[in-house]
Amino acid sequence: MKAGDLLTISPLIALTLTAVVVMLMAAFWRSHALALGITLGGLAATFGTLFVAASRTERIVTPLVSMDAYTLFFIGLLTVAAAIVALLSWSYLQQLRVRPEEYYVLLLIATLGGATLVAGAHFASFFLGLEILSVSLYALIVYAVHREDAVEAAVKYLVLAGATSAFLIFGMALVYAESGTMSAGGVGKLIAGLGGGDVVVTIGIVMLLVGVGFKLAVVPFHMWTPDVYEGAPAPVTAYVATVSKGAVFALLLRFMLPVSSDQGSTIFLALTAVAIASMVAGNLLALRQDNVKRILAYSSIAHLGYLLVAFLASGERAGVAVGFYLVAYFATTLAAFGVVTVLSPEDRDADRIDDYRGLGARRPWLAAIFAVALFSLAGMPLTMGFIGKFVIVAAG
Amino acid sequence: MILLWYILIPAVAAPVAWLLGRQNPVLARWTALLGTAAPLALVAGQWIANADALRAPFAPAGPGPAGLVAGSWIADVKAEWIDSLGISFFLAADGLTLIMLLLTFALGLLAVLASWRGITERVGVFHLMVLWTVAGLAGVFLSLDLFLFYFFFEMMLIPMYFLIAVWGHERRVYSAIKFFIFTQVSGLLMLIAIVALVFIHGRATGVYTFDFTQLLGTRMGSTTAMLLMLGFFAAFAVKLPAWPLHTWLPDAHTDAPTAGSVLLAGVLIKIGAYGMIRFMVPLFPDAARDFRVWALILGVVGIIYGAIMAYAQTDMKRLVAYTSVSHMGFVLLGIFAWNTLALQGVILQLVCHALSTGALFILVGGLQDRIHTRDMDKMGGLWQVAPRMGGTAMFFAMASLGLPGLGNFVAEFLILVGVWQVSPWAAVLGAVGLVFATVYALWMMQRAFQGEETHGLSFVDLTKREIGMFAGMIAALVLLGFWPQPLITTARQTVEGVQVMTSGSTLNRGPDLGGTGDPAEATQAAGAAAAPNGETVAADGGAP
Repeated sequence: MKAGDLLTISPLIALTLTAVVVMLMAAFWRSHALALGITLGGLAATFGTLFVAASRTERIVTPLVSMDAYTLFFIGLLTVAAAIVALLSWSYLQQLRVRPEEYYVLLLIATLGGATLVAGAHFASFFLGLEILSVSLYALIVYAVHREDAVEAAVKYLVLAGATSAFLIFGMALVYAESGTMSAGGVGKLIAGLGGGDVVVTIGIVMLLVGVGFKLAVVPFHMWTPDVYEGAPAPVTAYVATVSKGAVFALLLRFMLPVSSDQGSTIFLALTAVAIASMVAGNLLALRQDNVKRILAYSSIAHLGYLLVAFLASGERAGVAVGFYLVAYFATTLAAFGVVTVLSPEDRDADRIDDYRGLGARRPWLAAIFAVALFSLAGMPLTMGFIGKFVIVAAG
Repeated sequence: MILLWYILIPAVAAPVAWLLGRQNPVLARWTALLGTAAPLALVAGQWIANADALRAPFAPAGPGPAGLVAGSWIADVKAEWIDSLGISFFLAADGLTLIMLLLTFALGLLAVLASWRGITERVGVFHLMVLWTVAGLAGVFLSLDLFLFYFFFEMMLIPMYFLIAVWGHERRVYSAIKFFIFTQVSGLLMLIAIVALVFIHGRATGVYTFDFTQLLGTRMGSTTAMLLMLGFFAAFAVKLPAWPLHTWLPDAHTDAPTAGSVLLAGVLIKIGAYGMIRFMVPLFPDAARDFRVWALILGVVGIIYGAIMAYAQTDMKRLVAYTSVSHMGFVLLGIFAWNTLALQGVILQLVCHALSTGALFILVGGLQDRIHTRDMDKMGGLWQVAPRMGGTAMFFAMASLGLPGLGNFVAEFLILVGVWQVSPWAAVLGAVGLVFATVYALWMMQRAFQGEETHGLSFVDLTKREIGMFAGMIAALVLLGFWPQPLITTARQTVEGVQVMTSGSTLNRGPDLGGTGDPAEATQAAGAAAAPNGETVAADGGAP
């Protein structure tokens, strides 16, 4: 690694440094405001370093990390989302009456994991980023420690994430055993040349998809989503719904790009079935819910189905359609969960329909924001959600 | 540029009305009044200014389909929007657009006036919704870019949904959701058809565009054309509404507040007819010809079914709602007859039906505000209690049933004559529907206003505000009944233009018209076939 490479990976370094600074600061001097301030400053600095990294010509740093334009765009998206979640968490944590500083440390580390995932071009960075993200999320989900459903949600997520990590590692091992390659490019060529012939590699890829599918919460790996979304504190739910899924999806795009061009392969058909099932099941199951967070959870399952369609349908131009829809999805989900966060009273989250009755009269601006967010989720014209869905229909 | 103002003025007035309404409800009402009266004045001014241009016979403005579409324009606005997808911000107005815009703003104004005393809760938000709907409607009628058309088409649903769900009557939430789902799903079918059309055009010519002027004349196989036409037809048939996709209408109209009903019945339904005339048939003339028999059947069933259901109602507002279904059956017949007389009748019917049904809804709404019921079993002999209201109701009931001397008669007559040239049996059955219309209109009058006053009701007769509203509508209907020529002249270029656009197909071939594609010849023939009492002339007179 040359000295200049440090500049190329400066976003990742910035995130790490911020996390360390907040952790050290919390060790000596507990102050919620200072923790939030340093977090936001660090995330802003990370966003700034994106431009530094963009000016570098040498974008591949070690076989593990590739900071191309695609990566920088997604890291920017994740950083902004994390900043918004941090801002939302301020008043939420104040009334939660737990020590808040470690929350921001975990948030930053999770974002670092997400950034590593997005930048990853190799199985090693894939796994590294995924684990960093997951372990931070275990702790974040259980942050409201005195609530039962938070502990239940965190344990569910821990067990399932651990099991799928096992699937992932084994899949990676199988692919490596057959192909001798761990890099994204190599794996991509492998998938392109697959044609369903090589059983071992196919099983390996399928196991990889199981792991990714769990993280993305697509059918049939979605069963954890409503329970975890319901139990986790509202801003953490926002984070899980956006950053966690977005980072993994960006990774999927990088590794699986050849799949979308090869329309007849088994993997393509499998992903198509998953996409259709997610859209249908996600939307239909949401109709039976009366808990707002669960409705939003099922909605996010359906949205990942749409994203998969965007990915599968666009072939080489997948990046544009997916990128646009992801931004729309991030904005909408953060808005919706943001409203849930703001409305949450002390002891629980605002997840009952009763909490929203008469919102238009009590808090009209909040109601308007929530209405726009829901319309965008539905894909009504006038909102970004419509354009996103339209781009997908057009791509299809 | 003026076209932009038609959308901007209500769109800007909407949040202003909301914010002012939080201070004082009266301010919101006046803002809404200005927000609809100002564009109305502008449209009237543009109409008068372009009177000569509109009087000229249709002539293509350039080669190819784009020239055919542009031939009837009097103004247009075009700007790039989402270039990468081929979407542009393209507005254009011709005679038909002007008529529709006049209708939109006039009925918007009437809706605001009708709600002056009726709406007392959250007045600012109410007027925000009304103005937003009006802005969306203006956008629908002005758009020539199919994406923009769909955009405005769907955009209107949100404020309409809120109008019904928040300020409506007993089953408002159910009706609002039903209306929303029906229109949304059918709109999605249309969106798929639009996208498919764009891609077929793109693959054939290499240019991906949503511009209607360029999409006109796209070649495609007959099955494809039929499927795409059905996609469009789904959306417009739900809007019209055509039997059997009409079931949202009685619920939505009954449970909407007066302003909502006026806008729904007066303008929203007309979008179905407008979309068919402007987009669906010119884009797929051969498919429309193949579908003609089915459309005529649906139209006739709609007329008769709507009339019978209207007769069966005890809820006065629901009765009027079913009359809308019946009248729009005539519109469907006229559109698929696709000759000059029928199309003139359709456009006239759109205007006259909006006026008469809008007035009926305002009347019923006023009555409901006074006696707090719509149940005709609880009414009777109301003419003695409120003679002015009785007289007005009688007038609009007569208009609804098609009394000669009022605009509705001319419209339905023209449609039937036009349909006769294409399919005599459809015309006969439609005429039977006219008899049923008489039955339900007189039945309504009999039960509510005539007979003995047995329930001890006593209330205030029409106020000056209401008399003013009705006077305008009465004058308009009488004027159109005796002198429909100005309206027909305004729409002349559109009617001729769309027939020229479809002249390559055998759609235009009625028994007498020959479909040669020569508009002058077509109108001459139609003029010769018109009723001998000179009720109307297709062109400005075959004679110089």
